Amino acid sequence: MTEIFNIFVKSIFIDNMIFAFFLGMCSYLAVSKTVKTSFGLGIAVTFVLLVTVPVNYLLDKYVLQPGALAWISPSLADVDLSFLSLIIFIAVIAAIVQIVEMVVERYAPALYNSLGIFLPLIAVNCAVMGGSLFMQQRGYQNIGEVTAFALGSGIGWLLAIVGIAAIREKLRYSKVPPALQGVGITFIITGLMGIAFMSFMGIKI
Amino acid sequence: MSSKNLKLITLPLGKNNPITVQVLGICSCLAVTAQLKPALVMAVSVTVVVALSNLIISLLRNTIPPRIRIIVQLVVVSTLVILVNQVLQAFVYDVSKQLSVYVGLIITNCIVMGRLEAFAMSHKPLESLLDGIGNGLGYALILFIMGFVRELFGSGTLLGYPVAEKLGLYNIGYENNGLAILAPMALILVGLIIWIQNTVNKEVKK
Repeated sequence: MTEIFNIFVKSIFIDNMIFAFFLGMCSYLAVSKTVKTSFGLGIAVTFVLLVTVPVNYLLDKYVLQPGALAWISPSLADVDLSFLSLIIFIAVIAAIVQIVEMVVERYAPALYNSLGIFLPLIAVNCAVMGGSLFMQQRGYQNIGEVTAFALGSGIGWLLAIVGIAAIREKLRYSKVPPALQGVGITFIITGLMGIAFMSFMGIKI
Repeated sequence: MSSKNLKLITLPLGKNNPITVQVLGICSCLAVTAQLKPALVMAVSVTVVVALSNLIISLLRNTIPPRIRIIVQLVVVSTLVILVNQVLQAFVYDVSKQLSVYVGLIITNCIVMGRLEAFAMSHKPLESLLDGIGNGLGYALILFIMGFVRELFGSGTLLGYPVAEKLGLYNIGYENNGLAILAPMALILVGLIIWIQNTVNKEVKK
């Protein structure tokens, strides 16, 4: 249990998707103009990560890894499908995003209206794909750890985008050199936030 | 080559650079540039994927039903990325280990999808190929600058060659700037590059 909690905290603060790995940078820059929309996108990304990463973990464990097909019949034990993992992961993500979109539209129209435009974009958000690839690379032991990692990464991403959106709202009243306005200053602020987040490094529970 | 086609290659290098002006494909640009060598390998991989996927999608553009175009694009791109990944693992295994997940993330690299949607779906194959090469080179240019600066100041080397040591800088009290190879410096550096570029071509408005 401590291990799971440790992974959860670590993936929020230390291995933060934005500050440590730069994943999901495109939507992070494009959507962080107001706190409200960025919060909506953050929730949507967290939710999609929480669904896709465990599904991809199960696929990786029971279909893709070398020898993973042994549960069907022992003759398949030396089949290695790991080279297919990229295309399988992206297909799962695209399909799940589509399903999530339809379910949310059907059962939670209010939520759908606030997230609507962002949901389809999440399929090509590298934070989501990156979550699955890191899950595969780091070799988590069981589904609990994977879920904790997915939830933590999502919340970390949410914190980062809401933080930068809040700063950008205030930034309108500051004097920024004209050539640096917009994207330029956002990068530099993100860098400074990243330095702040680095102070969490080495924390272990 | 006609001037129109030449423009397809030269524009993305400067005025319409995919990273600093279109702000696409930031993730990998920041993550792989702590050293010059992985940055160059990554730049070549992305250029190959963008150029070939642009060409393939442009050839298929009249047969793809609009409703499912995203998934068709994803399939084409991920097939190319799997090929690139296998080639990297076969020939430059150590660099491919360093790049880790970022090779796979070329699939969701916004440059690739952005060019497919914005250009290849509506232009002829040759033009799309050139556009892909141009944008790949524009991406490569920024990666080269970032990798050069970060490796030189962060570790005092270039492609592994100890520049600072050979120049005798350590003897007169020079020290490597450890921040340059850490994540935040990459972000600040991109910010500075954008600043310089916007100052140089004033007509580019955000």
